[in-house]
Amino acid sequence: MKPIATTRSAMGIMTGKLAVYWVLVSEIVIFGGLLACYVMNRIAHVEWAEQAAHTNTWAGAFNTLILLSSSLSAVLAHQAAEKGNGKKAANLLYLTCLGGLVFLIVKSFEWTHEIKAGFTIQSSGFWAYYYTAAGLHAFHVIAGMLVMLWVASTAKKNQELHRVENVGIYWHFVDLVWIFLFPLLYIAK
Amino acid sequence: MANHADAHADEIGSGHHGHHEEPGFIKKYLWSTDHKMIGFQYMFTGMAMALLGAFMAYVFRMQLAFPGNPVPGFGVVSPGEYNALITNHGSIMIFWVAMPVLIAGFGNYLIPLMIGADDMVFPRLNRLSFQMFALSVVILIASLVVQNGGFGGAWTSYPPLSANPDYNLTPWGASLWLLAVAVEFVAFLLGGINFIVTTMNSRAPGMKAFDVPILVWTIVIASILFMASVGPLVAGAVMLLFDQLIGTSFFNPNKGGDPILWQHLFWFFGHPEVYVVMLPAMGIVAEVITVFARKKMFAYKTVIYTIIATGVLSFFVWAHHQFVAGIDPRMANVFTVTTVLISIPIAEMLFVYIATLYGGSIRFSTPMLWALGFIAEFLIGGVTGIYLGASGADIHFHDTYFVVAHFHYTFFPIAIIAVMAGVTFWFPKMFGRYMNEFWGKVHFWGTMIPFNCIFIPLFILGAAGEHRRIFDYHNFPHLGAQWMQDMRIFATVSLLVMLAFQLIFLINFIVSMFAGKKAPKNPWKANTLEWTADSPPPHGNWPELPTCYRGPYEYSVPGRADDFWPQNEKA
Amino acid sequence: MLDRLVPSAASYSGDVDQLILLTTWIVGAWFIAAEAMFFWLMFKFRAKDGVKAQYITGKEKHLKAWINIPHGLVLMFDVVLIVAAIRVWVLIKQTLPPADRTVRVMSQQWAWTFQDPGADGQLDTPDDIRTTDKLHIEVGKTYHFLLESKDVLHSFFVPAFRMKHDAVPGRTYTGWFKATKTGDYDISCAEICGVGHGVMGADLVIDTPENFQAWVTQNTPETALASTDGTDMSASTDSTSATAGQQ
Repeated sequence: MKPIATTRSAMGIMTGKLAVYWVLVSEIVIFGGLLACYVMNRIAHVEWAEQAAHTNTWAGAFNTLILLSSSLSAVLAHQAAEKGNGKKAANLLYLTCLGGLVFLIVKSFEWTHEIKAGFTIQSSGFWAYYYTAAGLHAFHVIAGMLVMLWVASTAKKNQELHRVENVGIYWHFVDLVWIFLFPLLYIAK
Repeated sequence: MANHADAHADEIGSGHHGHHEEPGFIKKYLWSTDHKMIGFQYMFTGMAMALLGAFMAYVFRMQLAFPGNPVPGFGVVSPGEYNALITNHGSIMIFWVAMPVLIAGFGNYLIPLMIGADDMVFPRLNRLSFQMFALSVVILIASLVVQNGGFGGAWTSYPPLSANPDYNLTPWGASLWLLAVAVEFVAFLLGGINFIVTTMNSRAPGMKAFDVPILVWTIVIASILFMASVGPLVAGAVMLLFDQLIGTSFFNPNKGGDPILWQHLFWFFGHPEVYVVMLPAMGIVAEVITVFARKKMFAYKTVIYTIIATGVLSFFVWAHHQFVAGIDPRMANVFTVTTVLISIPIAEMLFVYIATLYGGSIRFSTPMLWALGFIAEFLIGGVTGIYLGASGADIHFHDTYFVVAHFHYTFFPIAIIAVMAGVTFWFPKMFGRYMNEFWGKVHFWGTMIPFNCIFIPLFILGAAGEHRRIFDYHNFPHLGAQWMQDMRIFATVSLLVMLAFQLIFLINFIVSMFAGKKAPKNPWKANTLEWTADSPPPHGNWPELPTCYRGPYEYSVPGRADDFWPQNEKA
Repeated sequence: MLDRLVPSAASYSGDVDQLILLTTWIVGAWFIAAEAMFFWLMFKFRAKDGVKAQYITGKEKHLKAWINIPHGLVLMFDVVLIVAAIRVWVLIKQTLPPADRTVRVMSQQWAWTFQDPGADGQLDTPDDIRTTDKLHIEVGKTYHFLLESKDVLHSFFVPAFRMKHDAVPGRTYTGWFKATKTGDYDISCAEICGVGHGVMGADLVIDTPENFQAWVTQNTPETALASTDGTDMSASTDSTSATAGQQ
């Protein structure tokens, strides 16, 4: 049973939503810190551009499109939840998850190809940041997918529908991080 | 808030504290989601870790006083073991004692009670955060007992030493230590969500922002500070783990990396971190001195603003730890300015606390002794920091015992003195019984006097050039001088005395838990909401959650018969 | 004041000591004032029968002054300290007076090696003198030191100079000092560098000009003396013809 505390709302915003925003604060600093290090190093190491030339811009662009589309389905899921249609919201969340899965599959092909070509995490500072940043992002994609499956499992019974919006906010953030990663890792050559 | 009263009306009868069967041992003590039990879990774990950290201090101080002699209870201390002891002493005291006790222990126990809520907003997340914390304890202890021993590269873990096992000779210890720290960070990120959101959203009807007790403010701001500063270090820890385990070169200068990058990532967090632990300590002191001086906090709003100012400014001082590390010397000047100026909000906070005594009616009960002791000792820590913030002087003092003495004069008040104030103050609420007042006072003096005897000599030794993290000073001709060795022995003996007095506290604590005199709801005649619940409070805290009608420090209000005015009493 | 604890042997160590003394006067005065006020208030307002505490909000102007005035004063003193600190910092870390002599200071796990330029006064020539854990310098001469590390972070600390700087692998730091007293002093490694950090000390020997000359002469490597009278610059194979005229 939920404590009364969870249902209060002195700030006028629902508790779960407020919590997700604070989670994002800490995530922004984590990714921000990592990317700031990458950018400073990239500027200091002109030779990294040679390495960066070998990232697969088409795969990155495709993945960007996939994530943006999955954010769209997350928004639609929220709309369905607002209207009280838990089953539809759950299905749209499954679709969002599918987007995440496609993203991860594309990424694994990318990385397999790159590793086989000799571009491993040890081979240069550029690749160290590339795999670490994209890897940390992928870890958050997986975590998001798991949470989304859990939210969908209660939403389809028309329960806890407010969680659909909250997990959507998290997913948009994961998307936003990718919007930064894509130009930094794929376009800056 | 317009719908506050409505929300309150909705709450009556909807609580879950109707019919409960008494939970079994596991559910009650190990698998609980009740914020009070989780608070205890953090507190007791923190106290146990304090014993471990204190044991380490005992061993390495014995080595320093009587080098080469076997230490009773440990044996002969090798140079590698010495480094592991000082590394883990520091790490344990900061991450596994100060943070869990001050933030997660007191925070979990008191925040819902002080704001009139029945629990934290996410009880299961709360339980998970403790479990992650417990996991970090296990990993840390594992790091001490693996092959080649515990990590010995200092709590700051600078690469290349920490990144390369050929240099540090403790491959398992180094990575497990780092992993333990990373897991501890995750635990506090999760826990922080609860403190922040619960305080923002779940306050009692009528409790406006400036009706919230200072301790709650400080824990929330500390959590925000932690959240906003630890990110780059989480990234850095991943990078260092990769350097250690899979051969990346983020920090390896032989392959294009930069060891100084780690330092920036570490201290960008490391400096706000000291304020993360300082703020709750100051919060505890605020609660205790208002009650025992029977006085409104002098300029409550000023205190809140200085807390926020300190938090914000703390992000701009970090490189004072790196003055001689190889940063651009022009940058050092910027950080001297910010570091010396940060003394202003902190001084202001201390002045306000001292001013709160003016016009008071001060009773010197044990909690008050500790709170006043905090102010007296923290002042020393604060002023000695100026020597280190002044870059020109820091060239000499950096990495000497002067630094060690400075930070013990801040950390010891934070992690021990303020905690003792809090423990002795809230013990009756937590356990429904009083601690013994006489033995409490004996413990107080038996801690404070030896504490000064340990650390004043260290200022002098540091100024004389005694550098840090050395297992035997006889290897350095001028540092092996007899007068210096005498001071080391004096400091060590004082530590032994201080540790002996902690036995009194342990016995007082344990005996009082079971056999202390029974305590009423409000033994100190205090205003804040936790004192209106039973001692100890039941699951759900109150049968009916309180409403708030005024601020927390309405003591000695003219015209009233009582010299206190609980927040939940109707006007 | 600090020189009672550790000798002051460099041209700038007095400046550091004066900064420390200034800081001591200022923070000492504040510390005593704050503690005195603190204890006096504790004493004056201790609980007395029948005397109730006062209700003070902190908005009272005459009482707020007790916070605001010290606040302003602290700010003023902070500015004084900042200026004093920066001056010393600039002197030691942001100026590089021309060198009379340059030495290389190499740190590694767990020893110090020093490279003196030898009789020709130039580093990286055959007559350089390499020593382990002992640095000989001449009093009164301005030295540059090139600080390096072979492995992990170390730190070159000379308490008698009040001088310290970290040795970072992959970088060379150029610092300076000018010794003002002869004698034997400690060099310590002031950055934890592994299990041998506790044995990584070295001796600093500050010689008179005569003794230093003698040390150079006695320690010039055999190879550099081989084909010359010991003072020739060139190490080339046709040094014999170059020096022929000098004999």
